[in-house]
Amino acid sequence: MKKSQLLKYILTVLFLALGITMLFPLLWMISTSFKVEADVFEFPVKLIPSRSNGFDNYRQVWGKGYNFALYYWNSIKIAVASTVLQVFLSSLGAYGFSKIRWKWRDRIFMLYLATMMIPSQVTLISRFLILREIHLYNTHLGLIIMASFSVYGVFLLRQNMMQIPESLSESARIDGANHWQIYSGIIMPLVKPAVATLAILKFVWTWNDYQNPLVFLNTRELFTIPLGIKEFASETGTFYSLNMAAAVCAIIPLIIVFLFGQRYIVDGITSGAVKE
Amino acid sequence: MNQKRETRDGILFILPGFIGFLFFVFLPVIMSLYLSFTDWNFLEGVKAIKFTGLQNYGKLASDQWFKDSLVNNLKFTVETIPVCVILGMIFAYIIDRHIFLSKTVRTMMFVPYIASTVAVCIVWMVLFQPSYGPVNMFLKSLGVQDLPKWLSSKKWAMRAIVIIYIWQELGYFIIVFMAGLKSISSDIYEAASIDGASSAVTFFKITVPLLSPTTFFLSVMGIIGSFKVFDHISVLTQGGPGSSTSVMAFYIYKAAFEQYKTGYSNTLAWVLFALIFIVTMIQWKLQKKYSNE
Repeated sequence: MKKSQLLKYILTVLFLALGITMLFPLLWMISTSFKVEADVFEFPVKLIPSRSNGFDNYRQVWGKGYNFALYYWNSIKIAVASTVLQVFLSSLGAYGFSKIRWKWRDRIFMLYLATMMIPSQVTLISRFLILREIHLYNTHLGLIIMASFSVYGVFLLRQNMMQIPESLSESARIDGANHWQIYSGIIMPLVKPAVATLAILKFVWTWNDYQNPLVFLNTRELFTIPLGIKEFASETGTFYSLNMAAAVCAIIPLIIVFLFGQRYIVDGITSGAVKE
Repeated sequence: MNQKRETRDGILFILPGFIGFLFFVFLPVIMSLYLSFTDWNFLEGVKAIKFTGLQNYGKLASDQWFKDSLVNNLKFTVETIPVCVILGMIFAYIIDRHIFLSKTVRTMMFVPYIASTVAVCIVWMVLFQPSYGPVNMFLKSLGVQDLPKWLSSKKWAMRAIVIIYIWQELGYFIIVFMAGLKSISSDIYEAASIDGASSAVTFFKITVPLLSPTTFFLSVMGIIGSFKVFDHISVLTQGGPGSSTSVMAFYIYKAAFEQYKTGYSNTLAWVLFALIFIVTMIQWKLQKKYSNE
């Protein structure tokens, strides 16, 4: 008994060290974002900078030349709008596919499922052509509309709605409630955890999304954070401390979302959600 | 009468999403399939589309950049996924019941997965800086003579990306494995410990076999995900030096939006789909064998 207890302590120390190693690149990023440029590569690495230039670094990143505030605003706008829209449309769809009986329901749902394994690269170029055709290329609206539908969202919420006993909505139906009332008054409150999971995952994915904005946006003023940082990094090249300050700003909101919504994120990915 | 109303309501509920599905999933798939048989530069307008039959698919065999990308894709998968699966399983096993503070450690391992890929790549780019970067300074302090040039070397660029990818994905594998472990009843472990089985024996004789549905799921998901790797390549190397880090998803993008080969890029996309399709088919075949139900 004593021996296994000792082993547990040793493993705990070992794994805490491992965890810190995993976090090291991010800790280094935060520390470097506060450094004077000349100190960036001092070795051995000092995580607490000997002289700090943090205020100035962050001021430059958020200042006029770099426009980080604008990228931030663009990212928030796109991530929030696509999340809200997708959750709403997915929940409507999920309800239609689980709580109403109608003729082609299951066939259409099978069609949805059949497209699930098609990689986004297959549709990417045609989506670009379609957006150009309907004059939504290089607009936020185009990106948001495109992100507002996902088979995965419908699938996840449908799974959850299927688990709600049929009798619940049927008795409401007999009492004269229409489908909108059942959807908003009975079903939605019951699938709140799944809705939260979908919303948080969708927000994180959209916030981090690089490929879609890269292909569907062209003007700098419309860029989201990932595009903005990449642009900044290739322009300023060796201003590493500034690049790190920018990276910190991109990651902070995610860490906050993660700390508050960890349970939902873990629920989502353990039930089979993968980055789109 | 009543059924008619149900049908109407059903259609109304799915309609908004269905329109999105039609325009941004269904139609693009059909378009892409058609375009994969054509020679076209979209800048020249719809009239310039030339149907060329199987010509694009024939061209693949002589396209060196395509072959390199395909081989790189396979190498990338082989170098990342087994590591993630094996480390993920061992770490999950230890974190789950052999350490204190397991929640804290799990979170520490998982944070890289949540962080934005582009931001993380910018950070690693600096860490891998060949002359003064912390990684090489560390190797130097260990006495390594011939320091790798990482992202700017043909030999090391892909390895650098493999390291970043594993670092980012490992937390995901750990979390899903830990969820799998929760479904193994603790009675089995108790019985094993009463019989005097050591941790190692328990791990190999009980945990590994009972986790196989999770292992299977993660392997398939991991392989498919690694086939689609794009962000890292686009941010860090643009496929270079030479074609040493080009992968299918990157080549599709390059062919479509840098070389304006609208037809051929779709052909490449269907090859990527074919790869994923094969993996999915194998998954379906094997699923029966591994599923618990």
